[in-house]
Amino acid sequence: MENVEKEPLFSAKYRKLLTNPLGQDNPITVQVLGICSALAVTVKMNPAIVMAISVMVVMAVSNVVIASLRKMIPGRIRIIVQLVVIATMVIIVDQFLKAFAFDISKQLSVFVGLIITNCIIMGRLEAFAMANKPWPAFLDGLGNAWGYGAILIIVSFFREFLGSGSIMGFPVMEKIGVYNWGYEDNGMMILPPMALITVGLIIWVQRSRNKTLIEENK
Amino acid sequence: MSFLLDKMKKMEPLFEKGGRFEKLHSVYDGFATFLYVQDKVTTGGAHIRDYMDMKRTMIIVVIALIPALLFGSYNIGLQHTRAFGIVDWSLMQMFWFGFLKILPLILVSYIVGLGIEFIVAQIRGHEINEGYLVTGMLIPLIMPIDVPLWMLAVSVAFAVIIGKEIFGGTGMNILNPALTARAFLFFSYPGWMTGDKVWIEGLTKGGAIDAFSGATPLAVAKLDGIARMPSAMEMFVGTVPGSVGETSVIAILIGALILLVTGVGSWRIMLSMTLGALGMGLLLNLTGGNEYTRIPAYYHLIMGGFAFGTVFMATDPVTAAQTNTGKYIYGALTGILVVVIRVFNPAYPEGTMLAILLMNVMAPLIDHYVVQANIRRRVKRVRTA
Repeated sequence: MENVEKEPLFSAKYRKLLTNPLGQDNPITVQVLGICSALAVTVKMNPAIVMAISVMVVMAVSNVVIASLRKMIPGRIRIIVQLVVIATMVIIVDQFLKAFAFDISKQLSVFVGLIITNCIIMGRLEAFAMANKPWPAFLDGLGNAWGYGAILIIVSFFREFLGSGSIMGFPVMEKIGVYNWGYEDNGMMILPPMALITVGLIIWVQRSRNKTLIEENK
Repeated sequence: MSFLLDKMKKMEPLFEKGGRFEKLHSVYDGFATFLYVQDKVTTGGAHIRDYMDMKRTMIIVVIALIPALLFGSYNIGLQHTRAFGIVDWSLMQMFWFGFLKILPLILVSYIVGLGIEFIVAQIRGHEINEGYLVTGMLIPLIMPIDVPLWMLAVSVAFAVIIGKEIFGGTGMNILNPALTARAFLFFSYPGWMTGDKVWIEGLTKGGAIDAFSGATPLAVAKLDGIARMPSAMEMFVGTVPGSVGETSVIAILIGALILLVTGVGSWRIMLSMTLGALGMGLLLNLTGGNEYTRIPAYYHLIMGGFAFGTVFMATDPVTAAQTNTGKYIYGALTGILVVVIRVFNPAYPEGTMLAILLMNVMAPLIDHYVVQANIRRRVKRVRTA
């Protein structure tokens, strides 16, 4: 046996894999990937949360599978192999949702199936799982899915709160009674452009707090 | 007035670098240049300065808006009397009634908009820009009179922050801020921007006389057919329901005259936009299609917000095309789009707002190709010579 120093399960390096994607390496706000689904499923919080969990499962498992197989996959057909793994996971998740959360599955409609095309997953498989062991790949998958899910949930919170006056389906605004004072829900928050603007505002806030993220003007 | 000038001069050192109110320099500067011509001398580069700076330009536009505002006030009163069956109001009574109704809109627009401008200017440390003087006046004029004030405040805040400040403030914005405010309101609270109630003061609360409809001519044309529309003369004078400042073509034409004589507004855009809409209207008259295509082409110029949009919105020097050729293309396409949206889109009876916003986005592209074409033409000339 080679004498490789064994890294502890949650060393500083591994912890970074989990925490970086939440902030300075966020897949949506910094790498600007996966925007499409961020716009599509964030009208209400419940579907957004389910979407975040689905992506997390797909990402973590396919990362582990690809990382375990990485030495056996011929370079020339690696994309196809990756796609097969992702597609398998997506179909399992899709069937699971149809069986146990049919309503939300209907709301998410094609977007569960479209997780296959979510560029964050392909990106992580190519960039990380193909070159790392299963355990760090698992952490990386979880971390990026968290980063993705966190933005999804923040965006959907604002869109549902301002657009429908509720939080996770609970009619907050109605309970406070602001409708009696003439308040009305903002119809534009439900339209896709407002999701894009909300993501933009999050990017603005994040970059004004962390100046190193600001790209140079060319 | 020299007493005021002395006071200002005495206060000036306090706001200079190192002074006690250094942070508020832009506030001082904003007020001082608002009242007096700048006495600052350039220290390098070009030494020629025109009196016609941005502040004067903006004030001329505000002056040009006054006829529309005055007529709008009168029209609010007039429509109110019609809706509620009041017969004994004098002209002045109608005017004051309307003026007092529109005043809160103007105040909210200016307080919210200028408040944000002041705060941003302090944070960024640059001068307060005058751009909002015009925007703040335009916004109440393109609103339905019954719009709730808090909605107006929200849409003004959205327009100034998202539509303007994040692009870098006055002169950098892609979209016309006043129209951005209106579009935001239109999509956010459609119940307050469409229909046959909001255009007339007090009608949303009910109580109108029987068989009264407060629908705008555009909506009438769409829903009840052309025969039920108000006469062309009525629409030209402006005694029809509509946004506050948009109804009277006469008042808008006076404003247009002021803009053209002073050279502030671009005649190229106004002309090409009018011709574009007229041409498209005539074309549709010939081809036919739905009921709406049979509206006489010149109706498109006098109904809805077309006149107001052409004179005050499309000519916004920041968001319109900058090159002369570009202005013709920009104006003509805007005019065509207005009519296309009005006639073919069942969801939006009024196309002026959306057409101008869309062309605002396209304006830099138009300019790019106009400039490139010019470069190519000149390069060719050099090569052949």
